[in-house]
Amino acid sequence: MLFSGLKWWTSRSLWIHRLHYGINGGGKARYSSCSPKVCIVGGGPAGFYTAQHLIKARPDVAVDVYERLPVPFGLVRFGVAPDHPEVKNVINTFTQTARHERCSFYGNVNVGKDVSVEELREAYHAVVLSYGAEGNRRMGVPGEDLSGVYSAKDFVGWYNGLPSCRELGPDLSCETAVILGQGNVALDVARVLLSPIDFLKKTDITQPALEALEASRVRRVLIVGRRGPTQIAGTIKEIREMVNLPNTRPDMLAADFEGVKESLQDLPRPRKRLTELMLKAALETPGEKEQERREKATKVWGLRFYRSPVEILADPERSGRTAGIRLAVNKLEGSGEGARAVLTGEVEDVTCGLVISSIGYKSLPIDASVPFDSRRAIVPNHMGRIQEAPGLYCSGWLKTGPTGVIATTLNNSFDTARSVMEDMESGTLNTTGVKLGSQSINALLENRGVKPVTFSEWEKIDSEEVRRGEAIGKPREKLLTVEEMLQVAGK
Amino acid sequence: MALVTALRRLAHVKLREYAWRTAAVSSGSWLRSQRSFTSGHFLRSDNKVTVHFVNRDGEKITVKGSPGDSLLDIVINEDLDFDGFGACEGTLACSTCHLIFDEETYKSLGPVTDEEMDMLDLAYGLSDTSRLGCQICLTRSMEGMVARVPESVADIRQSQDGS
Ligand SMILES: Cc1cc2nc3c(=O)[nH]c(=O)nc-3n(C[C@H](O)[C@H](O)[C@H](O)COP(=O)(O)OP(=O)(O)OC[C@H]3O[C@@H](n4cnc5c(N)ncnc54)[C@H](O)[C@@H]3O)c2cc1C
Ligand SMILES: NC(=O)c1ccc[n+]([C@@H]2O[C@H](COP(=O)([O-])OP(=O)(O)OC[C@H]3O[C@@H](n4cnc5c(N)ncnc54)[C@H](OP(=O)(O)O)[C@@H]3O)[C@@H](O)[C@H]2O)c1
Ligand code: FES
Repeated sequence: MLFSGLKWWTSRSLWIHRLHYGINGGGKARYSSCSPKVCIVGGGPAGFYTAQHLIKARPDVAVDVYERLPVPFGLVRFGVAPDHPEVKNVINTFTQTARHERCSFYGNVNVGKDVSVEELREAYHAVVLSYGAEGNRRMGVPGEDLSGVYSAKDFVGWYNGLPSCRELGPDLSCETAVILGQGNVALDVARVLLSPIDFLKKTDITQPALEALEASRVRRVLIVGRRGPTQIAGTIKEIREMVNLPNTRPDMLAADFEGVKESLQDLPRPRKRLTELMLKAALETPGEKEQERREKATKVWGLRFYRSPVEILADPERSGRTAGIRLAVNKLEGSGEGARAVLTGEVEDVTCGLVISSIGYKSLPIDASVPFDSRRAIVPNHMGRIQEAPGLYCSGWLKTGPTGVIATTLNNSFDTARSVMEDMESGTLNTTGVKLGSQSINALLENRGVKPVTFSEWEKIDSEEVRRGEAIGKPREKLLTVEEMLQVAGK
Repeated sequence: MALVTALRRLAHVKLREYAWRTAAVSSGSWLRSQRSFTSGHFLRSDNKVTVHFVNRDGEKITVKGSPGDSLLDIVINEDLDFDGFGACEGTLACSTCHLIFDEETYKSLGPVTDEEMDMLDLAYGLSDTSRLGCQICLTRSMEGMVARVPESVADIRQSQDGS
């Protein structure tokens, strides 16, 4: 390992010592032009965790984070469900990183458009791409573009206030919604669709989404997966939340669980506990209290297994709208995590007015100069080092593909930071030449009429959002357009 | 516990002015100040309980904590540098406070709630004697216990690479 524990302790106290010396009235200390300068593209968890590790590991590195939106934190702000505020506690650590004197945040800078990756590489010793996965996987079935069909990415962006999804206006006037995919995003969407409105009122869900959900007529949500219960992608905490969701009852098909009980003993603990929980909800006769709860429930959620989408069916009476979905019935080939779904040739139709496809996010290429593996939709890399591009690194979902919780992103970002440090120490990454960093980039941006939003300007937006939230009993009311964000930031 | 959690939530709203901490201690100072009036403050130092942590490099670090403190509180109060530890600040939403105990100690830690198990199930290097540090509150009977910080994925991969 590069840093032994002992080295850590000594270097860290030294580092903290310098840190205290560096603070001067809230302003950022100027770092010598000889210090290694690292640029990070994307202000989500990957960007901030990479920055944190770099700053901590070396007392001389300066890190600049460029973010496309005027506001930081990526999917922690625009992905994580509004009823999971605990998850957003990571923002506190990101804030401390951003306020560090050797870290600067520049929001409202769209890399690839406002400034190219080549220009960044010119201005910095190293560039780390952490811009996430902003596309979504498409089902590739007929009818995908009918109205009433949404991607989970857009639906989540809509209820979380992502400016580009503000106008989604999903039609929630039908009774049954079908969600395709059984990952945690699918479960988030199902929960938001079925949650008691009084719960959501106390979260930072946007006001337009809250109003739409209040008027929603959706009573039944089916979460459809192509494989079986022992392959479900969602995790136990999220399934338990469904099981315990007030005013809902589970509606499962016993046939989906055939043979599952028998396979339990061979499963590793996490998979086993998750499967037991589903089995209980699906097959067990509930106790008296639970029975009563289920009888009173006016809403229904259900998991459907061994089904793949074949076609979204158009409504014969209302042209352009969806009225249902045709699903292929699958069987499994192989077993365990790697089992594959194969078609049986059978199909079935489900009536529904809302289809949400939640089969995964997808990274997009940023710039022709950056290698991109379009089959796997990641930047090809080894431990975060982008192949055939010295000085260029990646972290987060762009590095691994769009799976993994924040803890996974944390680990892989620290990993990338370690690679950068190793390359600096070994000399593979040349840090001897002087680089101008943000000085030259800011000049470029100014010429192009782009006004970066600093972290303290974001903090103005933050206070305004909290203030607006407080007025209506919410932790925050998000600003919904880039224009308004910039205005509050004083741009 | 509920009160502590509620207080923590409140405290999350306002960050301490410029309290840079390490990855291990994402927000230590406010946590500490807050905790001290719920427990530690009333206790004299001779009431403290000794805990040995074994970090990812196999080094043993011996510290003391007050009864009632969680193991996460101790890591924060003592400024222990375990990368990424305690990301969700003790709210059972991340599993980064994963610790491994020997069997004997594990048994003495008492029952695990379903919710803790649910998060534990996502932890790297899960073992039969794993717990989440933010859910274990120190008692006098834990004197001298050893808690091992498991390797992260990166460590595992690096050792496989032979580097
Ligand atoms: C709906 C949803 C809910 C989730 N909920 C949880 C949860 O409850 N708990 C949990 O642990 N994990 C959750 N996750 C997973 C977690 O969000 C990810 O692990 C993590 O956000 C990935 O971090 P990232 O930085 O790679 O990507 P992102 O968070 O997407 O950050 C990328 C950043 O880059 C910026 N960017 C994009 N393009 C450019 C550009 N051209 N120039 C500059 N900046 C750019 C984006 O605006 C964004 O801010 C959830 C994920 C989703 C999708
Ligand atoms: N609360 C939380 O902790 C939380 C919340 C949200 C997201 N996240 C994390 O964020 C990551 C992304 O979540 P996600 O839900 O987008 O992804 P995911 O967990 O990878 O789930 C994707 C789902 O889509 C299915 N799928 C993929 N391609 C398909 C196809 N062509 N046809 C039919 N089904 C297809 C998958 O089935 P197969 O399994 O058969 O491939 C799976 O059910 C996950 O790691 C998740 O844990 C966490
Ligand atoms: S600190 Fe997140 S679960 Fe313990």
